[in-house]
Amino acid sequence: MNNWLISLDNSVGNFWLQFLIMAVFIIAFVMSSVIMFIWTERRVIARFQARLGPNRAGPFGLFQAIADTVKILTKEDIIPSLADRVLFWTAPAIAFIPTLMIMATIPFMNGFQMVDLNVGVLFISAVSAISAIGIFLSGVAGNNKYSLIGAMREIAQLISFEIPMVLSLASLVIACGSMSLTQIVAAQNVPNIILQPLGFVVFMVAILAEINRTPFDLVEADSELTCGFNTEYSGMKFALLYLTEYSEAVVGAALITTFFLGGWRGPFLPGIMWFVVKMIASFMFILWLRSTLPRLRIDQSMHLAWKGLLPLALVNLFVIALKNVFFPDLSLWISVPVYILVSVLVILLWAGFLRKGRKSLVV
Amino acid sequence: MGSDLAFWVLAVTAVSGALMVVTMRSLFRAALGMILCFLSIAGLFITLTAEYLGMAQIFVYIGAIAILIIMATMLTRQVEHSNLPSPYKFPAIIGALAFLGVSIWVLLNTQWFLEKLPPIIQDITPVSTSTIGLILFGQEGLILAVEIAALLLVAAIIGAISVAKEK
Repeated sequence: MNNWLISLDNSVGNFWLQFLIMAVFIIAFVMSSVIMFIWTERRVIARFQARLGPNRAGPFGLFQAIADTVKILTKEDIIPSLADRVLFWTAPAIAFIPTLMIMATIPFMNGFQMVDLNVGVLFISAVSAISAIGIFLSGVAGNNKYSLIGAMREIAQLISFEIPMVLSLASLVIACGSMSLTQIVAAQNVPNIILQPLGFVVFMVAILAEINRTPFDLVEADSELTCGFNTEYSGMKFALLYLTEYSEAVVGAALITTFFLGGWRGPFLPGIMWFVVKMIASFMFILWLRSTLPRLRIDQSMHLAWKGLLPLALVNLFVIALKNVFFPDLSLWISVPVYILVSVLVILLWAGFLRKGRKSLVV
Repeated sequence: MGSDLAFWVLAVTAVSGALMVVTMRSLFRAALGMILCFLSIAGLFITLTAEYLGMAQIFVYIGAIAILIIMATMLTRQVEHSNLPSPYKFPAIIGALAFLGVSIWVLLNTQWFLEKLPPIIQDITPVSTSTIGLILFGQEGLILAVEIAALLLVAAIIGAISVAKEK
């Protein structure tokens, strides 16, 4: 067996073997994380709301997601008679595949990664737009008013929040000196959340909007749009959209981990354990936000993106660029407190400025 | 072998995407065909080891331009099952045929000397992002052109705002 593997290694080349193993690993990782995230979300939200959550199927209700999957597989698959059939079929796949493509570039451990693109950051921000197009298509193809409104909101949010997200990533790239994700993790002797708190805040809010988590889940806003873009979907296609939503949450948590929490680096534990621990911590933070904040209106969301996040992201980019050009060797003991102070001041000042503007404008 | 296969797959999808753009009755599907075409061209760039260009292609053309076109299509009437009527069908046919004839003539009459050159595939080194950055923004780079383009874009944005502003 061992000899066979080595001969395979020499004849076919490392590439295909690594490709196969990593592809299987990434799909398994995303699927199992999605199942665990669904269970975690339902249990944690239940604790927040002082109820129990799913607790019947298996120990602690662990098998609830599997039971749901079986139920969904046996449901009737309905296609509305006026729907655009081709788009209706392909849209869930277009939405889902980019999340796997992004996971392929994430370093789980030192060297344990499917591809180390030297344009990794650009790749991630480019591919995430394709996923949004998939969600938009699934809203349009169903030929339903509510889905259409949800789809238009998706595009509006994509256009608005992409800019602050990319700007905060740009300041990250300036500070780390590379667009490769492995290099970004390797550059974080101190996690970026401490070095760039303002960038972290901007990125966090923008990624919440990109993956449609609760303060920004206008795309499917149950109480106003029934279920938004996936109203017309049922059966397996609905399951795929549901999977997309949670695998986007997995991707979001993985991106926050890689960019701002230091990726797989940490003492004592092996790298992949640190990665998973940090991923779960960021997902818990997302859940905390979800159970705390009410949903924004679409105009509030747009105001936040264009008037709130965009200037903050520009200030962040400016300050980081200044620091890297004029004081590249400044001690961390000076630069970190100064930058944290600057961030808090800028956020407070800008929030006060916006509030004053709103009073005079009466929006 | 692998890169040949990749080239043919990407070339066929790019051409079929481009054909979808001009043949589809529904404007919305035509926009999607355009996205397919852009994606395959980005793939072609990547097989030519121009990764940065490929990513920029996806980022700019799909992430921004295609989405804007889709938005514009959604705002027009009769999106679903019609071509927008045009009174200029006959001149358009003549113009298109003339353009086709000229491009075929140019293709046939150009001296293609590529086959005499030695194959350079072996020693292509991927152009790194920092090289592109230096060419664009470096001391002897194209910084003036970049700044003029930026100025043009700012002027266009201000113009768009002043046109769209409510009176």
